[in-house]
Amino acid sequence: MRATFLIVPALAALAALLPLLARRRVNRPHPLVRHRDRKRDAAAERRARELLREAAGVDAYAMYSQLGFIATQGSVEDGYGYLIYPHRPIVAYDAESGELLSEYCVRFPDGSDPDAGEWLPDADDVLAKWMALHGDERRLIGEANMHLPGRQLDPGMVRRDLEILRAWRNGERAQNHG
Amino acid sequence: MKLVRMSPGHGDVLIAEGDREVAEEEERLIEEFRRQLDLGMWAAVPHEGSGGRREATMVRDFSEVPDGADRVIFFPPAAGG
Repeated sequence: MRATFLIVPALAALAALLPLLARRRVNRPHPLVRHRDRKRDAAAERRARELLREAAGVDAYAMYSQLGFIATQGSVEDGYGYLIYPHRPIVAYDAESGELLSEYCVRFPDGSDPDAGEWLPDADDVLAKWMALHGDERRLIGEANMHLPGRQLDPGMVRRDLEILRAWRNGERAQNHG
Repeated sequence: MKLVRMSPGHGDVLIAEGDREVAEEEERLIEEFRRQLDLGMWAAVPHEGSGGRREATMVRDFSEVPDGADRVIFFPPAAGG
């Protein structure tokens, strides 16, 4: 009975503190990015976006700039496509039904400059995935860890992205034909 | 032709440039190409495919770089995440 008098207020105090602790955690920079040079990273991302535009084309560049990811076709015969997110798994989906098929977790770590960290700028990461999928899909997929959808990315978010993509493409088509 | 390498914190960095028609310059391009592959880099050549769509070809030897290609992009090899 006496223990209950102690435990209940302790739990109540902890419950009151949790939102504060969570907020503190969210506001704290990730250890990997805490000491990063934001100006340098922003300049690197600008360069990477320009390379993406030149290499993958204006459509892919517009898609990335406006949606934050790019979509590319896989095998035409098998009817699937890929969503390519920066520093997130590649998602394979059925091009006709939109059903999510699998997640391919793949990274391009580079340890050549410890000061700069090991991650490519976001747009470079997207372009590397795009080039590898177009140039040697089997090799890239062979290196990736394959999982069912939902392992790292919220399937609801990915489905919403597919809807946004469809609307975006319709808008692009309308604009080009209007 | 330009050889560029993706790099954390920098974006693409020019590592070599030269004219493939000039033997001396081509030799320098080949040398740098091999050096990057020896470092484990993957190499891709973006180009225009059929119907004007953008495509990319992965190359493992300088002789595989298509004629007329203006750029080879090196990037770190993929690893399961």
